[in-house]
Amino acid sequence: MAGAADGIGAYARHLRHVVTENPVTGGAFALFVLLVLTAVLGPALVPYDPLQSNAAATLQAPSARHWFGTDQLGRDVFSRVVVATRLDMTIAFASVLLVFVTGTLTGVAAGHFGGWVDRVVGRVSDTIMAFPLFVLAMGIVAALGNTVGNIVLATAVVNFPLYVRVARAEANVRRDAGFVEAARISGNGEARVVLFHILPNTLPIMMVQVSLTLGYAILNAAGLSFIGLGVRPPTPEWGIMVADGANYIQSGEWWIALFPGLALMLAVFCFNLLGDGLRDLIDPRRRT
Amino acid sequence: MTALLDVAGLCRRFTVGQPGPIDRLRGRKAGVLHAVDGVDLRIGEGEVLGLVGESGCGKSTLARVVARLIDPSEGSIRFAGEDIAAIPARRFARHPMRRAIQMVFQDPTESLNPRWTAFDCIADPIRRMAPLPAAKLADRVRELADLVSLPEALLSRFPHQLSGGQKARVGIARAVALGPRLLVLDEPTSALDVSVQVVVLKLLDDLKRRLGMSYLFVTHDLEVVRLVCDRVAVMYLGRMAEVGSVEQIFRRPSHPYTRALLSAVPTGEPGVAPQRITLSGDPRSPIDPDPRVCRFLGRCPQGTDRCATEMPQLRPMAPGHAAACHLADAA
Amino acid sequence: MTVAIANPPLLAVEGLSVTFRTRAGDVKALERVSFAVGRGETIAIVGESGSGKSVTAQAVMGILDPAGRVAAGRIGFGGMDLLQASPRELADMRGRELAMIFQNPRGALNPIRTVGDQIADVLARHENLKGPAARARAMEMLALVKITDPKRRLDAYPFELSGGMCQRVMIALALSCRPALLIADEPTTGLDVTTQAAIMDLVGELGRSRGMATVLITHDLGLAAEHCGRIVVMHAGHVVEDAPAAAIFAGPRHPYTAKLLAATPRPGRRLDDLASIPGGQPDLRRADLPGCRFLDRCERAGDPCRATELLPVETPDAAGPRRVLCARPLPVAVAA
Repeated sequence: MAGAADGIGAYARHLRHVVTENPVTGGAFALFVLLVLTAVLGPALVPYDPLQSNAAATLQAPSARHWFGTDQLGRDVFSRVVVATRLDMTIAFASVLLVFVTGTLTGVAAGHFGGWVDRVVGRVSDTIMAFPLFVLAMGIVAALGNTVGNIVLATAVVNFPLYVRVARAEANVRRDAGFVEAARISGNGEARVVLFHILPNTLPIMMVQVSLTLGYAILNAAGLSFIGLGVRPPTPEWGIMVADGANYIQSGEWWIALFPGLALMLAVFCFNLLGDGLRDLIDPRRRT
Repeated sequence: MTALLDVAGLCRRFTVGQPGPIDRLRGRKAGVLHAVDGVDLRIGEGEVLGLVGESGCGKSTLARVVARLIDPSEGSIRFAGEDIAAIPARRFARHPMRRAIQMVFQDPTESLNPRWTAFDCIADPIRRMAPLPAAKLADRVRELADLVSLPEALLSRFPHQLSGGQKARVGIARAVALGPRLLVLDEPTSALDVSVQVVVLKLLDDLKRRLGMSYLFVTHDLEVVRLVCDRVAVMYLGRMAEVGSVEQIFRRPSHPYTRALLSAVPTGEPGVAPQRITLSGDPRSPIDPDPRVCRFLGRCPQGTDRCATEMPQLRPMAPGHAAACHLADAA
Repeated sequence: MTVAIANPPLLAVEGLSVTFRTRAGDVKALERVSFAVGRGETIAIVGESGSGKSVTAQAVMGILDPAGRVAAGRIGFGGMDLLQASPRELADMRGRELAMIFQNPRGALNPIRTVGDQIADVLARHENLKGPAARARAMEMLALVKITDPKRRLDAYPFELSGGMCQRVMIALALSCRPALLIADEPTTGLDVTTQAAIMDLVGELGRSRGMATVLITHDLGLAAEHCGRIVVMHAGHVVEDAPAAAIFAGPRHPYTAKLLAATPRPGRRLDDLASIPGGQPDLRRADLPGCRFLDRCERAGDPCRATELLPVETPDAAGPRRVLCARPLPVAVAA
């Protein structure tokens, strides 16, 4: 390769270019970095133990001592929101990684080889899509149990048809492209053609999918927790916190639901805006 | 002297128009497209054979079958004595003969992987078929870039950062990387400007001599044929209409289609219109063609009863010159 | 300043300059492009890719990419300046007086409407023909462009037709309202030589029978020579030579034209006789573009060539008026 070090240097330059060129992308990247840092360092830096209840300090409005107030058990909402970042981000990333790998590989195989592979994958996809997706996720978690692992699995399953569809279309379009024929004539067997020639070309579009699904995955996990089918209390998780807080809005304790809700909104916002930036990062045509 | 490439009775058929279940109950069957129908071809060592014909005549399909990207439906392809038609295309990619037949593609933009640098594009065949340690590989790629006059600095660029001519050169460097004996070129200059075309044609001519290759040169541009080819094969709707040396084909075309083709070439002189033979009528369908009827009947300015009852075969007109027409006169 | 022609010209492009705003800078795609087309005249605009010939056509038709801005100039057509016309006036002109056919015929037709419907659309827009009357006229047009079995083809979709037939349909579309000027942007690139000849002959024949002027845009000098009386040669956004076709072939005056001729295959020429043009087009985003954009590729370049602004020179010729944009043009060819 023409200098791996050069490659990394050029990539870093490209990264900086993409981030600085479009303020929206730059903002989304900054927010993303903030979220990751919060997830990694947050639990070590929060002022209060998120699980520590304090009967004396329940339902306190936001103040200098408790920035986001306290909930019905006297727990510091701020600490809980920060600590929940790690869990929510983990669920989101894990499920998206799972569906990205399985969905893309399956879709590309179906689009490239056609025949019975395509038919089987198609039917599996159709079956999944026949269900309202959230209901299906609920069903999977209810059947398999309320664990983080099952939430990840449910989110992945529910998003599988989407990835398969996009990847399949991309692979299909490129099946007889000039460079694919050239790859075959250069001695690449079909497996190599799919893995090293076609797959890398589907990645830019899949990246946009990934960012959109990240947002959805967080919402899915939060939604499942909201209805009691997700993470179990007292584990801090944005969805559960919103669910708890919903009971108190009418009585005026708005902060219990609002701050986790805001965190959710920011995270989804960030991921959606990141989509274009990620694609620019991956697609060499944007590199000059 | 045995030819380098000897193709005999080559056919390639495709099924088209699969009928739905209701039509199938009615007895309708899928049609069969005869893209290549009984073609014989011979290329000697160091020879350039031009393959011409209008779009849809099957020349691209024929080129791809010869290059073993597609399997033939019938027929034999003897390359350096071995019948390579017997090896399925899927397995041919990993066969030692793969490096002996290579291809230059029509659209340089389409035929380079947009996510790979020029270096990687040229290095790929070497990595796959004759791997070298990294340093030697880099040297070899640089050597190839030199051979096609591609500045070394461009090797780290992506295809979208290269001009049409530069991309064409990357494609050629890749094709000759392992010293093939036969190079199949599918309209290599039709997407290029006239000045770049000159550069590429001269390069191809030079490489042919330096590396001792034969060419199967598919094109629809007769001027290019005149410039680079030794012999010409004219195809029409999947069959060979005429074969001969460039001199024979251009000076004494015997098949009516060849004559019409030559009459359509611009003279290049301002205000001088050539004696055009216009072909009226629609071409016959290549789907389920009647095997007894000449494919050119209906569009041909001539025609007799025999043309509708007996498919013309290639008959010799002169040594090395054959035409498939009942009405063509032997020289 | 345009070349004086016997009658007032139908189309007079004067000093047209177009700039494209891109991420990487302003591309000065056209600079002071001037040429004229008389009624019923057939001219060719010849140039390599990037020379600005398509941009010129798009500017005339008013279909420039939104990133393109006309920086200066005037396009006189039928007594008005097309650059000053309102979008409504332009829309009325297009199709009725001014028509264009494009390079990729199948791509330029609407894939989900039948061919007959597309022609009927044009007739409805400009001549208010509807229903059976429009259909009858559409069928006439298909017959005019020599499509066999026009009645059946009226209901065909573009994907059912070959490339050559699609191009004929496009010509039928363009000509259905009897325009005074037809711009053909590389209409035969990608078509094989027999179809190319048939299409060019058709356009020529229709042009002559209707007194329609034609502007043929092509990179093929040979094609231009055969069908056009006058050739406008473009390089990097400049018109470098504007002369009768015969004069250009007998004795080109601009070094680029000469080099283009030397690179074009012709009967009787061998590969060794052809010469490519050295170097490449200058980067049109440069702020310091010289007056002559061929400067870096020209072996005749001298001091007078480095002027920051170059103006065209009239060099009358026996065959007709001619202009060249060169400080040191090639000497006039001596009659054999």
